[in-house]
Amino acid sequence: MSYFLKRAAFLFPLLLLISVLAFALLKLAPGGPFDKERAPATAEIKRAIEAKYHLDEPVWQQYLRYIGGVLQGDFGPSFKYRNHTVTDIIAQGLPVSVALGGMAFALSLGIGIPLGFWSAARRGQWGDYTGSFLAILAVCVPALVVGPLLVMGLAIQWRLLPVALWTSPAHVILPTLTLGLYFSGRVARLMREGMLTTLHEQYIVTARAKGLDDTTVLLKHALRIAILPVVSYSGPLLADLLTGSFIVENLFQIPGVGVFMVNSSLNRDYPMVIGLVLLYATLLLVLNLLVDVGYSYLDRRVKYD
Amino acid sequence: MPTKPNALSQLLRAFCFSPPAPLSGGGKSRSFALRAFCLLPFAFCLLLLGCTRSDPPADLVLVNGAEPDSLDPAIISTQTEMRIVKALFEGLTRLEGKNATAEPAIAHRWDMSPDGSIYTFHLRTNAVWSTGQPITAEDVVWSWRRALDPMTGAEYASQLFFIKGAEDYSTGKTNAATGKPFTPEDIAVRALDPHTLRVELIGPTAFFLDLCAFPTLAVVPRFWIEKHGDRWLLQQPVPTSGTYTLEFWRLNDRVRLRRNARHWDAANIRSELVDFLPIKSSTTALNLYETGAADVIWDKNLVPNELMDVLGKRPDCHKFDYLGTYFFRFNVKRKPFTDVRVRKAFALAVDRQKLVNKITRSGETPTSHFTPKGMGVYEPPDGWGYDPEQARKLLAEAGFPGGKDFPPFHYLFKTDKLDEQVGVELQEIWRKELGVKMELRAMEPKVYYSAQSALDYDLSRSSWIGDYNDPNTFLDMFMAGNGNNRTGWSNPAYDNLIRTANLQTDPKKRAALLRQAETLLIRDDLPIVPLWFYAGVNFYDPKKIEGIHANLLDEHPIHTIQKQK
Repeated sequence: MSYFLKRAAFLFPLLLLISVLAFALLKLAPGGPFDKERAPATAEIKRAIEAKYHLDEPVWQQYLRYIGGVLQGDFGPSFKYRNHTVTDIIAQGLPVSVALGGMAFALSLGIGIPLGFWSAARRGQWGDYTGSFLAILAVCVPALVVGPLLVMGLAIQWRLLPVALWTSPAHVILPTLTLGLYFSGRVARLMREGMLTTLHEQYIVTARAKGLDDTTVLLKHALRIAILPVVSYSGPLLADLLTGSFIVENLFQIPGVGVFMVNSSLNRDYPMVIGLVLLYATLLLVLNLLVDVGYSYLDRRVKYD
Repeated sequence: MPTKPNALSQLLRAFCFSPPAPLSGGGKSRSFALRAFCLLPFAFCLLLLGCTRSDPPADLVLVNGAEPDSLDPAIISTQTEMRIVKALFEGLTRLEGKNATAEPAIAHRWDMSPDGSIYTFHLRTNAVWSTGQPITAEDVVWSWRRALDPMTGAEYASQLFFIKGAEDYSTGKTNAATGKPFTPEDIAVRALDPHTLRVELIGPTAFFLDLCAFPTLAVVPRFWIEKHGDRWLLQQPVPTSGTYTLEFWRLNDRVRLRRNARHWDAANIRSELVDFLPIKSSTTALNLYETGAADVIWDKNLVPNELMDVLGKRPDCHKFDYLGTYFFRFNVKRKPFTDVRVRKAFALAVDRQKLVNKITRSGETPTSHFTPKGMGVYEPPDGWGYDPEQARKLLAEAGFPGGKDFPPFHYLFKTDKLDEQVGVELQEIWRKELGVKMELRAMEPKVYYSAQSALDYDLSRSSWIGDYNDPNTFLDMFMAGNGNNRTGWSNPAYDNLIRTANLQTDPKKRAALLRQAETLLIRDDLPIVPLWFYAGVNFYDPKKIEGIHANLLDEHPIHTIQKQK
């Protein structure tokens, strides 16, 4: 328990370090938020805008000002969407990304775990080959290809589902499939490897030697340990999925935060980038911590001191 | 290590082994866990229902292009933003949809002094905010002062510089008469009474009434902005002066407008609910349009260029000329482009017709002049056409026969498929015709714009869209000190011609002066080389959608558009 408290205590300095790095990298990139095709009418206007957003101050002072605001819960204004604050934008987009990511997560585990388990249980038989083939197929074909194919077939050819947008539950199906299929392949492969490794363990041999039937051995004894790689993968996976996907959100015109992850850095929208980086880092760190807790629950041999 | 079978293993058993063999142990708690697990998908479905919102369908759905940075008329700078904002906030005039000429809006009539430099506007007495308060001449004064205040950060503030005192105030100049900086009161805009406004200009400005329809000059609600600051557009109900009110604005989802029932012209607003979809992906835009989820696409960038050969022939594809020029800039401060002969050689070597046929493919008009045709009485001069023989001769005269010893140089463009194709094509043209080797330099947009402004390039891809229907919108940007010049070139004669032209009251004389200026720009000095005029493309079914007309400014007032039920 004290181990986890220690880990939790480290979260804060770690996040601070991440914010420093993100800020420094952004400042190193050439071009600024207010460089556009059309120049502001006068140099005074550009200066006034930059002064308004404190871009005329020394970089360290800008950082301190920013992080001071964050500590009070104020992530600052967006430089790109000047009527919105970063908090406004995240509050609008995050629920959408979480819903989509949660669905995709459920889909990846829902397909991946049974598929991997099934392949391992039928190792060396046609079932294994089919299962493994499907898993590899899912991993090899990127969302950039799966998405348009699904749209072409289900939405344009047969008109079963909408092509894009985010207004009704029907609009959720294609993005979820596009986002989830790839990860279900990854999960299936992890699950299969985990099972195969576990089946060579001595306690499995012992269980079989006791005369337990195959089903019981696989489900009761092997699964619990074999699933560990999937569990440790789930942490970063969930962090990834919940913060949205640039490709899927772009393809289906979904108002999540994934699009902002990429665009805000292209737009040099400094507060927006750092806000999102902090959001992602917090999720990742917290979920990894939870994964480790889950580990010790599933595999009693794992102990943290 | 005995363990209790859990719900997951139960489920896996059902999935993988048939017939299911009962596991030892367990009991009621297990079947409960199993049931709970089976309920998970339903829980997810509920979550989903909670996260998608079902709004009533709109009467008109428009695919509009990139998400607006802002909906504040003073702040916006792109056409996609202006299309929405013009429906929300009106100025003294507005542009009608057939020929994009100015018609009365908040002002129902105006008087002009004989020399054309003083306007007196008479405001409608029935013009009110969508929240009911009257719109007065004081509101106009405040809105214009706000746009000119550098703190507002209005990139288009220069649209107001034709008003006496405006530029002096905005640039923080010192008033010689008082010895103090110019104040907002020094701007020559006065409210004579709640419904009369007097505006004094620096000279007769032929296009001033067009400017009054421009969003930067629109009237905005002072009481609301002073109360809510930067977030005034996110606080409902936003008081608007235009034909529509802002129903909601969800980033990357849609901007929804609702008919403004209090508008002075409410009887002629034809659609109740209008959705603007902020879509950047051309494939997604076309898919939505083709499946009927969107009614209109009005940007050529929003249909895949590869499909234009096919789509261009359909009856729902409407092409038209509009005020936009694709060109490239020379950095005239960098050798060897300091030599006008080199610049001319580069211009003469380009076969523009071939570029248009091969790359853009939507019926763009190749051009050697910078300002498009069709703006009033203005007749643009001819620049340098395609003459590779002459090009080689000039390059040899400049000291580089056959491209020998021509120093390495680069072509700067932003990461964009079309821009890259153009770059590759120009690279090949100049290698073949002039024997020079050009490097291509793609940069992400922000880096590209900042490099262009800082003159950190040799040649650079450029484009310009006219803001109003007058050659000045194209020509004044190359005056010395203009932030959009970005070539390092300046010529006092050019600046003088533009200034003198804008003081002219006789349209023909003015056009002749501007023509002289443009001749300097594209024939004598050549800091830029025009390539083609953009073709506007709108997609809509003419049987279903009424009220969209082709015009030079690509101006389509929302309130005139209606979808047949």
